[in-house]
Amino acid sequence: MSDLAEIFIKALLIDNVVLMRFLALCPFIGMSTDIKKSVGMGGAVTFVTVLATAVTWPLFKFVLVPFHLEFLQILTFILVIASLVQLVEFYLKKSAPALYSSMGVYLALITTNCAILAVTFDSISNDYTFIQSLVYAVGVAVGFMLSMLLLAGIRERIKIAKIPAFLKGTPILFMSAALLSMAFGGFAGLIK
Amino acid sequence: MKKYIALFTNGLLKENPLLTLMIGLCSSLAVTTAVSNGIGMGLAMTFVLLMSEILISLFRKIIPDSIRIPVFIIIIATFTTIVDLMMKAYTPELSRSMGVFIPLIVVNCIIMGRVEAFASKNRVGEAVADALGMGLGYTWVLVGISIVRELLGAGTLLNIRIIPEAYTIGFFAKAPGGFFVFALFISINLAVNRMTAAGKGGAK
Repeated sequence: MSDLAEIFIKALLIDNVVLMRFLALCPFIGMSTDIKKSVGMGGAVTFVTVLATAVTWPLFKFVLVPFHLEFLQILTFILVIASLVQLVEFYLKKSAPALYSSMGVYLALITTNCAILAVTFDSISNDYTFIQSLVYAVGVAVGFMLSMLLLAGIRERIKIAKIPAFLKGTPILFMSAALLSMAFGGFAGLIK
Repeated sequence: MKKYIALFTNGLLKENPLLTLMIGLCSSLAVTTAVSNGIGMGLAMTFVLLMSEILISLFRKIIPDSIRIPVFIIIIATFTTIVDLMMKAYTPELSRSMGVFIPLIVVNCIIMGRVEAFASKNRVGEAVADALGMGLGYTWVLVGISIVRELLGAGTLLNIRIIPEAYTIGFFAKAPGGFFVFALFISINLAVNRMTAAGKGGAK
């Protein structure tokens, strides 16, 4: 149990996917314009990440490894994720239109969210068990949502703040991210 | 000929994928702690971009429109696998230090973006010019960022010591330094754009 908690905390705070590992920067900068969008994107990413890990892990261990096809890992994983996103989109459109209308627009963007592919690769290269991979996936995805919420909050303040002319626009966002990242550096001692 | 040069320089500066279009950021910040990583990543990326653009622009009339995205993904993933395996075989050190970021070329928005917006609509020659421009535009920014980060963070350039160890600033080698240096690069680029725009306005 404690190792699961450790994996979760590590993925959520210490190795925060955006602020420490620079993954998923595009949606981090692009979609964090307000808090509602961040929550929508974060929810969609969490859902797909966990689902993708639940499919790719068994696929790798029970299909690719026995047939010595490990070199097809990149190809199969990206195809699984892309088709998974499509399926989820179809399913939500048909059976949960309310959820679809709030999450749908983000789904299309998720295929190219590198955090998801990275999570599926990490679970394999870190030799996680199935349960550990799922916990890791949740940790990473929640960490993504957390950092996006933080930046969205900061952006609301930036709107009314006085900013030096040379930092106006995108540079100030990266400066804020640098400061957030420094703050997250403080979590490094949390787990020995 | 003029057209090709225009396409090529377009990617280098005016529509630089990192500084202006702001796509494909993830790998650019994560691997730039050392110059060798920056060069390796830039070249790997340029190779995948070039080959995918050539192949897709050759087959652009055969690929059915409705399934073009999956086809593009398969083509890009194939070339990424080639690069990944080649680097594992011939530059194992570099491959280890870049870790998961080589496979992640597959989901790099620059490639998908250029393939969808450019290669699937243009002839091969133009696609080559575009791919080289975009790829090298990506590479020079990567190398630029990594020069600053390696020099200040570790005090070395390509592992040759320049600044004594006692005077290095660890901040630049760590994650916050990546964001910080990149913010400076964008703001310089914006300032240059503003100045050239003002210059043109003044000439009128």
